Amino acid sequence: MLKIIQERIRQGHRTSTYPETAPTVSDRFRGRPTVDATKCEDGCRACAEACPTGAIEAGDGKLRLDLGRCLFCVDCTQSCPTGAVRYQPEYRMSTNRREDLILDGQRPAELARELDERTRRLFGRSLKLRQVSAGGCNGCEADTNVLTTLVFDLGRFGIDFVASPRHADGLLITGPVTENMREALLLCYEAVPPPKLVIAVGACAIAGGPYIGHSLVASGADSILPVDLYVPGCPPHPWTILDGLLRLLGRLHGPTKDLAAPAETA
Amino acid sequence: MSAVYTLSTPLRPGDRVDTADIPLADVADFRQSVIEATERGRRLSALFGCQVEGAAGSTHAIRLYAILTDDQDGTWSAVSADVGEEYPALTPDCPQAHWFEREVAEQWGVVPRGHPWLKPIRFHPSYRPGHDAWSRAVGDKILPGVTDFFQVAGPEVHEVAVGPIHAGVIEPGHFRFQCNGEQVFHLEISLGYQHRGIERALVGGPDKRTIHYMETLAGDTSIGHATAYCQAVEALAGCSVPLRASALRGIALELERLANHAGDLGALAGDVGFLPTASFNGRLRGDFLNASGLICGSRFGRGMVRPGGIVFDVDEHCVETLIQRLTQTLAEVEGSIDLLWRSPSVQARFENTGAVPRRTCDALGLVGVAARACGVYRDVRHDFPHGIFRFNQIPVSTCGSGDVFARAYVRGLEIQRSGAFVLEQLRSLTLGAIRADVHPLAPDALAVSLVEGWRGEICHVAVTDGNGRFAHYKVVDPSFHNWMGLAMALRNQQISDFPLCNKSFNLSYCGHDL
Repeated sequence: MLKIIQERIRQGHRTSTYPETAPTVSDRFRGRPTVDATKCEDGCRACAEACPTGAIEAGDGKLRLDLGRCLFCVDCTQSCPTGAVRYQPEYRMSTNRREDLILDGQRPAELARELDERTRRLFGRSLKLRQVSAGGCNGCEADTNVLTTLVFDLGRFGIDFVASPRHADGLLITGPVTENMREALLLCYEAVPPPKLVIAVGACAIAGGPYIGHSLVASGADSILPVDLYVPGCPPHPWTILDGLLRLLGRLHGPTKDLAAPAETA
Repeated sequence: MSAVYTLSTPLRPGDRVDTADIPLADVADFRQSVIEATERGRRLSALFGCQVEGAAGSTHAIRLYAILTDDQDGTWSAVSADVGEEYPALTPDCPQAHWFEREVAEQWGVVPRGHPWLKPIRFHPSYRPGHDAWSRAVGDKILPGVTDFFQVAGPEVHEVAVGPIHAGVIEPGHFRFQCNGEQVFHLEISLGYQHRGIERALVGGPDKRTIHYMETLAGDTSIGHATAYCQAVEALAGCSVPLRASALRGIALELERLANHAGDLGALAGDVGFLPTASFNGRLRGDFLNASGLICGSRFGRGMVRPGGIVFDVDEHCVETLIQRLTQTLAEVEGSIDLLWRSPSVQARFENTGAVPRRTCDALGLVGVAARACGVYRDVRHDFPHGIFRFNQIPVSTCGSGDVFARAYVRGLEIQRSGAFVLEQLRSLTLGAIRADVHPLAPDALAVSLVEGWRGEICHVAVTDGNGRFAHYKVVDPSFHNWMGLAMALRNQQISDFPLCNKSFNLSYCGHDL
């Protein structure tokens, strides 16, 4: 018993002060990219050709990047001779609408908005989610699960993962939705009492990820269910997922809310 | 024993062989060679089928390849045979083949006659429309988990079915228990829910998606599988990886092990209601992931390992930061884990729970932590050293009791040893390039790569066609060998101990389902 107390004192208090202060991410962290078509050389489509998932459209003075398809790999940035595509250590990327994930370097970023008044009154201080992995690689699952550890301490926001869809207010889906999980996922969705939310976490759940176009998988959760929140990444950083959830519930204020205030890098 | 023993010359990981030089035996010799080799202590690291070019109409259209590994010698050998619609199964005489033969049957519609439990393992249509091991018509709906399950009959016997969706944040799979009250007679595991069709998509590659399949086929083992892939490609391309890149690959591989082992021990503590370690290790696991993030920007090591070397180098400042952070994290992990071994309430739940007998481990050819926890001295880093492990060995950690305690204790030992290895490597990094050029792959060749991922032996086999493209690419995740080990561990256990036993193996669903 004394050993346990001694160890407890040594381990100390490790819960982050987020959302009052910005979280810390690696300075090499590949978050929200910037695209700048003015830097493109004439006729160059190197980034689009290198992209494994067809997330980039380039050429004719245009450069568009679909965050939903993006694996946040280095294939585009390494092939680009002019730095027209660059990653920033910016973790805030979640949106309500699929089209808001398209970056063209001109439109300002449109992050996820709060739920409507009535739904927010229901879920704002207590949101219970059922997680369903439908072909996920255990990357998104692991970085979702990590939110329940003491660093993030998801419970302090009133958000929890529950064992049964009957106890849930919504589904958090990972994976492209394999043919073999389609029926189980639909049954699980039906078992959640309305009103219910659907949150798609990761490139697979948004658009199929590396498996886009495979005959044995669907191209993401919104091909079979209505999605309320898209969380990009492969896998998304836990801060990206938490930011998305808190935005949806209208729980972000101060420095972590607006894109102008960056995360701290280390 | 008689002399029918047809295997290719022993080769090491990182070697390749021309497919023409692999003995092509008749089915009887093939069978005998594999059975004898496993009886003499070799392991069946891979067994797969591959379509024979230009033989679509022939009666022998599928070529079986067996990859046999010798832990003592550190070598692998191959043997092949052409088969038609059926062949006599190896499984009755070589239990290690049981899951592989079900896979071959499902993929190619070739029936291993006499297989004692021939059922699909992933529930997908045959690769050869019109050839189906269960005589299903083309276009028939194949439903996962719909198959004949073993049943134990009797007035007091009942069946418990769990999944595909489980209570926690984990991947899907179906578990069927035959019980008498709390006691489990038998557990049958039915997977395939995560099947994404990866092996088929790899044919014709490598292409721009290949490495991303590797990094996500089991996303918690991104470094392990990416390294195995690169090893195979480098063998086929005759490419030599710079030493600095090898060392950084080794560091990344061990960081992946540290993160997962720390997380597993925390989860095991959580499953027996011991909250201090559960809580501490949840955070400490993240510290190891963040160390990977510091090197390559991804907590899971995505983008780090590529054919020819690595993508992200570290500067002096980064090395210092890593050493300082890891030294602290390792000390805290040790303190946290030490509580497990000192708490009688934890030990009472870990000891004698889910024991796998040594002979079962040997018969099934278990790998990784599960095998070392049965007292088996088996570790790819030691037995088939490749990359940095040729120069710096990590001692093999074993424990003999085969139970949850042993699987936990082996992880505890490996954390210490991997931690020491990473710090030593960081302190003694050589200077130099981090990536070499990769030339086109050799045509009509076969290469085998072996990597000790955090779960155990990862085996990749790449077979190229006449143009140096992948004619077949076989991925064997350690989970492929070990799921049956979990089923055996449950025999005569309390059904309430299933979560604890399951966590002590912590196998991959997607790595199995591909």
